[in-house]
Amino acid sequence: MLKLTVNGRARTVDVEPEMPLLWVLRVHLDLPGAKYGCGIGVCGACTVHVDGEPVRSCALPVSAAAGKKIVTIEGLSEKGLHRIQKAWIEHEVPQCGYCMTGMIMTAAALLAKHPKPADADIDASMTNLCRCGTYARVKKAIHALAGESAAPAAKNASAGPQAPVRSLPAEGAHASLGAAGREASGERP
Amino acid sequence: MTIALSRREFLKVSTALSGGLALEFWFPVESRATGGAAATEVNAWIVIHPDDRVVIRIARSEMGQGTYTALAQLVAEELDCDWAKVSAEFASPNEHIRRNRIWGSMSTGGSMGVRSSQDYVRKAGASAREMLVAAAAAQWKVPAAQCTAASGIISHGPTGRKLRYGEVAAAAATLAPPKDVTLRDPANWKIAGKSLHRLDIPDKVRGKPVFAVDVTLPGMLHASIAQCPVFGGRVASVDARAALGMRGVKKVVREEAFVAVVADNWWRANEALKKVKIEWDTAGNGRADNRTIAAMLREGLADANLSQARKVGDAQAGFAAAATMVESEYQSPYLSHATMEPQTCTAWLKPDGFLEVWTSTQNGEASMAAAAETAGLPLEKVEVHKMMLGGGFGRRGGPQDFVRQGVAIAKAMPGVPVKMMWSREEDMQHDFYRPASIVRMKAGLDAQGRLIAMHTTIACPSILKVLMPNSLNKDGIDFSAVRSFSDMPYAVANQQVDYAMRNGHVPVGFWRAPGQQNAFYRECFIDELATAAGKDPVEFRLAMLKEGDKNRLVLEAVAKAAGWGSALPAGVHRGVAVADGFGSYAAMVAEVSVSAAGEPRVHRIVVAIDSGYVVNPDTCRAQAESNVVFGLGSILYQEINIRDGRAVESNFHDFPLPRIAEMPKVETVLVPTGGFWGGHGEPGILPLTPAVCNAIFAATGKRVRSLPLKHHDLLGA
Repeated sequence: MLKLTVNGRARTVDVEPEMPLLWVLRVHLDLPGAKYGCGIGVCGACTVHVDGEPVRSCALPVSAAAGKKIVTIEGLSEKGLHRIQKAWIEHEVPQCGYCMTGMIMTAAALLAKHPKPADADIDASMTNLCRCGTYARVKKAIHALAGESAAPAAKNASAGPQAPVRSLPAEGAHASLGAAGREASGERP
Repeated sequence: MTIALSRREFLKVSTALSGGLALEFWFPVESRATGGAAATEVNAWIVIHPDDRVVIRIARSEMGQGTYTALAQLVAEELDCDWAKVSAEFASPNEHIRRNRIWGSMSTGGSMGVRSSQDYVRKAGASAREMLVAAAAAQWKVPAAQCTAASGIISHGPTGRKLRYGEVAAAAATLAPPKDVTLRDPANWKIAGKSLHRLDIPDKVRGKPVFAVDVTLPGMLHASIAQCPVFGGRVASVDARAALGMRGVKKVVREEAFVAVVADNWWRANEALKKVKIEWDTAGNGRADNRTIAAMLREGLADANLSQARKVGDAQAGFAAAATMVESEYQSPYLSHATMEPQTCTAWLKPDGFLEVWTSTQNGEASMAAAAETAGLPLEKVEVHKMMLGGGFGRRGGPQDFVRQGVAIAKAMPGVPVKMMWSREEDMQHDFYRPASIVRMKAGLDAQGRLIAMHTTIACPSILKVLMPNSLNKDGIDFSAVRSFSDMPYAVANQQVDYAMRNGHVPVGFWRAPGQQNAFYRECFIDELATAAGKDPVEFRLAMLKEGDKNRLVLEAVAKAAGWGSALPAGVHRGVAVADGFGSYAAMVAEVSVSAAGEPRVHRIVVAIDSGYVVNPDTCRAQAESNVVFGLGSILYQEINIRDGRAVESNFHDFPLPRIAEMPKVETVLVPTGGFWGGHGEPGILPLTPAVCNAIFAATGKRVRSLPLKHHDLLGA
């Protein structure tokens, strides 16, 4: 029996110690947010936090996570949507969305360490693969979060439930995406 | 009815196990006969709740391209409801069959999701609106012509009375639909044409179980499969003793072409699969490799009796009159789709003889047909639950191999739901790859440097021959193998395009913008011709495009937006390309540098696209960005090599995808000119490869005639 702390709850699982954490989460703990993408720790679709660090859970034996604090996308925010999730909706980041839970977990760890990351920090930390090519929007959303990072996390937590996002935005509300995408996607040589 | 029961069961089961998913997608629509509080199906596309919530049914698949939302926008536009109250659900393939294919096509490929269904989904919205108005008018006993509808409310002009859609939906559903409806002028759109937030994104950022890999059912088991590493091979013998004793393993299933291990956890199934000793019959294909495939294609190029995909004027006579001749050979390798979600299918053969399938499919109806055929059941006894796709790119449409396998496993485990998922290695090594091809082009320029004759010979495996043999034309030509040449927009007096279909044993399929490699060949060769003629690449192209040609329009638009001809930072160079396809026109300018170490870097992409109309501008921009990243990997480093009859590459370590650090700026210029409906999922990738490679020529003087770039020394002489 292994004792785990997942999203603040004590859990006990009877599995092989070498079983990757990903499969304990997905099959035994009914937490399917972290995805299988490659099984070799390259793509990052399986990213969760272990003691605050972003970890490729497909390549981490569950025994190595025992006794540590594991947080998955399901537990990222105690109440409502996390501000990163809100930014992901606002900037229309996901396409197919399969890699996005891992991407969000990596972004959360990055912003916890670097509230205002430079492009180079983002490039170095956000190593998750996205086949749909959402990278420009990932960067844009992270920079937008950095811009508001003066606002403490507590403020977000008390902001209440996410406002409906299906409303009709004002005319041209997204018209600046091209220009902002340009800003967000790196320096010219 | 069986299906109604089945869907209620699903609702119950998956609501209990996986939260909101079932409610989101499978809210069972009660018939209007059940009365007051129930939702009403006004027509097959539109369900309205008494509290005015509107559920719009979507027949096409959602793989990130935004069709799910765009189609809902088109329906809601004509329905004129309150967008804040709109949600969407996938139409049931089983119901589709039982209702005489009421939702039209379920196929989602060729960038056709919106453009080939926009007419009938808009009419469904307009028709429902008229029925709602008529129901309100009847209740008020006034002429319908005195009533108007807007944002879900019907108003009677003379008296100012109002009724909500939810109040009259049940009555409206009993009325005969109007025979004809007038659709709105897109210039007056309020919901369509706007960058509304996509309906599928909130669940995706929450990590809700929306994908096929997330399906959970009571008592469900998991399966991992192994197919013969050599394409086309079969199982010769299986020794499963070592696997059967492993923890959690329930069964080893042997089929003709694969072995599956069924266990209580996918990792356990996959670990046990590694212990199964399988001998394969490689069907004589175990010696094929890159060289034998290249030799096969070259033999095709030399064939004197090829089918002609195009003949205009007389190319040979044109060459005889030419002042300058240019000849080049281009080629590209097999490529994998590498969807982030591997192929997956959950199948449950139930005790009552009904089969339920959950899968990521680009064509729900094709999945149902494959499932029914494999199970030996009539279509009416099968339901396919369409899940959100973790990427598609053409992999999950034509080939329904994963559905057949999932159902075959379920047949071996009757009464037990089994979720089959391929490992990444299985996925990359058993794809239906973008075909490798070799193309020779020969062109004659007159003394003024004008292109007067062009002869193209294409040696390429046929996707249609594998997946849709009835779609080959009467001369045996596969349009996807000859595109961009057979329909080249340039006005050239003498043209000939010959096609050598050489198939080999490697399975091929539709990879985002099938035939995209031809745009690379053509547009780089055109650049070679511009160089030979001593002309500017944009001017050289414009001179061959007729006034009014949309290719001309997007080329001019992109040249302007990119500042073609203006100064660039030191070391950065531009390349240009234009191509049409999938109903749209796309032109691109790439800005590229090559470092002192010979490393290429794409800094900025400007793309102009004319799709006629734009339903969601932001989604269209997202697709343009997606096409750049998807194509960039194939330019820089991706390839599937064949050795000993099998794919060499097996995972993202040797088939890399671009990462965020490699993402160029992408600026999308939407120039919809109206009057036609084009797609967005694929057109944007057509000009990418040639624009980048033409920029590399501008930077280095080196012509890139084969991919990927990692094999090229961009510094050497």
